[in-house]
Amino acid sequence: MTRTHLIRQQPAGKAETLRFTPHRVAGQAGTSFKPEHFAAILEDPPQQGFFEVHAENYMGAGGPAHAALEAIRRDYPVSIHGVCMSLGGPSPLDPQHLERFRILVERYEPAMVSEHLAWSTHENVFFNDLLPLPYNLTTLLHVCEHVDRMQSTIGRRILLENPSTYVAFDHSTISETDFLAEVVRRTGCGLLLDINNVFVSAANHRFSPITYLEAFPLNAVDEVHLAGHAEQVDSEGQPVLIDSHDGPVADAVWQLYETIIARCGAVPTLIEWDSEIPDWPVLRAEALAAQEILDRHGATGQVRDAAE
Amino acid sequence: MVRQGRCVMPQNNTVQLSQSGGEQAFLFSSGLLAPDSPVPKDLRSPQGTVLADRYNIYRNNVTVGLINAVASIFPAVQRITGPDFFRAMARFYIRAKPPSSPLLFEYGRDFAEFIEAYEYAQTMPWLPDVARIERAWLDAYYAADADGLDPARLAAIPQERVGLIRFTMHPATRIVRSLHPAVSIFSQNRADGEVLPVDDRPEDALITRSGNQVQVRLLDSGAAEFLVALSDGAHLQDAAQVGLSLNPDLDLARLIAVMLEANVFSSLEMDHIDD
Repeated sequence: MTRTHLIRQQPAGKAETLRFTPHRVAGQAGTSFKPEHFAAILEDPPQQGFFEVHAENYMGAGGPAHAALEAIRRDYPVSIHGVCMSLGGPSPLDPQHLERFRILVERYEPAMVSEHLAWSTHENVFFNDLLPLPYNLTTLLHVCEHVDRMQSTIGRRILLENPSTYVAFDHSTISETDFLAEVVRRTGCGLLLDINNVFVSAANHRFSPITYLEAFPLNAVDEVHLAGHAEQVDSEGQPVLIDSHDGPVADAVWQLYETIIARCGAVPTLIEWDSEIPDWPVLRAEALAAQEILDRHGATGQVRDAAE
Repeated sequence: MVRQGRCVMPQNNTVQLSQSGGEQAFLFSSGLLAPDSPVPKDLRSPQGTVLADRYNIYRNNVTVGLINAVASIFPAVQRITGPDFFRAMARFYIRAKPPSSPLLFEYGRDFAEFIEAYEYAQTMPWLPDVARIERAWLDAYYAADADGLDPARLAAIPQERVGLIRFTMHPATRIVRSLHPAVSIFSQNRADGEVLPVDDRPEDALITRSGNQVQVRLLDSGAAEFLVALSDGAHLQDAAQVGLSLNPDLDLARLIAVMLEANVFSSLEMDHIDD
């Protein structure tokens, strides 16, 4: 007979509301915050830049994860990036997950809050992946209802991220860019433009990333994501790009990025790196490369700040 | 079945409105954890590419992502079984018991029971208890913050009233009891060091969090019962009786000192006694 005894606990007190310095993200480049970099980041003197975290990793009650994020948040702006809200699915949003998200936003006073045009939960199964949806009137209504619900629950405007995809749907009747523009128009949300996702989807669906970006509602873009991808071939030897976040940003993606920043001004930009995570200086160098481009165009272009 | 090329789009919006998004998500999700099911209808990929390969990218992402999540929660179990055995077992597990919560640090609560029933793990009867310790480790890691009990508060209580103390447990504190040497096996396999033979004996684990570090300790015989009694609200003197009845050699003074160091308690109260 073995069993795990759940020790009786004292009732959890209400978390004390922290008040952080409202660091600004205007014109800045940041990186994903990875716990393995925490010690190295603390050793650096506080500097420019911001950190983005996946919301769900900070939805535990307490412990080392929150201690680290609180320390980071004291010195830097933080962006909270949800990966599991399932905004793109047909089911109503999970009220518990919405409430956890609201508490997280209240606790860390993030400069930006974002989620994905994708779904990850269906009929009580969480698939732990960003799954694609067809773009039509039915799904548009679902997504707008979900974005409304999320924004009204957390009391904040969110940025919706364009997905990377490997398949398309027969029942799509609206282009992805028109779909995103319509969600912006109906809900007032902003957009997170992931340029690596554009590049990956363009290669996989054989369209031009430039044409896609020309149709993209750039006025609504308040954050940019950059990341690495992997090149594979299918069983017929046809190339397919995987949105793997496991390496440096590809040269072609940097070129698209420079085009976008030249046009939009110094939009806060994040380097995502989620597996095969390198030492901090390597990730930091990617952010500095983005910062150089932001600085080059920030002087002439318009400096945008999602914090306000 | 591989479908290629473009289908004719329905022209009438009412037709699309009747195509519920729910049906779409059901179709897409139905094959993600079922490797032998066909590629869902309604999908396409460009001419010359293999649609099944494209859908399999999602299948692979979901399957590998969930197996990796299980592996990250149970590293000692993986080291004991080796990665090939572990990933095969975890693949069965994620298909049988996929997560329902988007919080993956909550996943794997029934993994120990799954291992108990897993045919190929029957030669390792201690393995489910090692999994229970690892699951409790992660619970302790994410448990709510609370101050630990200040030893000075305990020291300030007059000797004759010590027996009437009741403790409140720290939210991170967990106990896992095993008929096998699960604590020794856990400790040797949670890190990369050498694995030595262990005595076959029952072992109880105490899992706590102190200074934001999760700690796992081997408890003396009788200590688990003593702590469980305390957590159920027993007075110290009654809990001590429980422990001593099982192990007359239980060194209570030393045990309490270790419990304070381990941050087992967050506070104490004294029942008021009328003079």
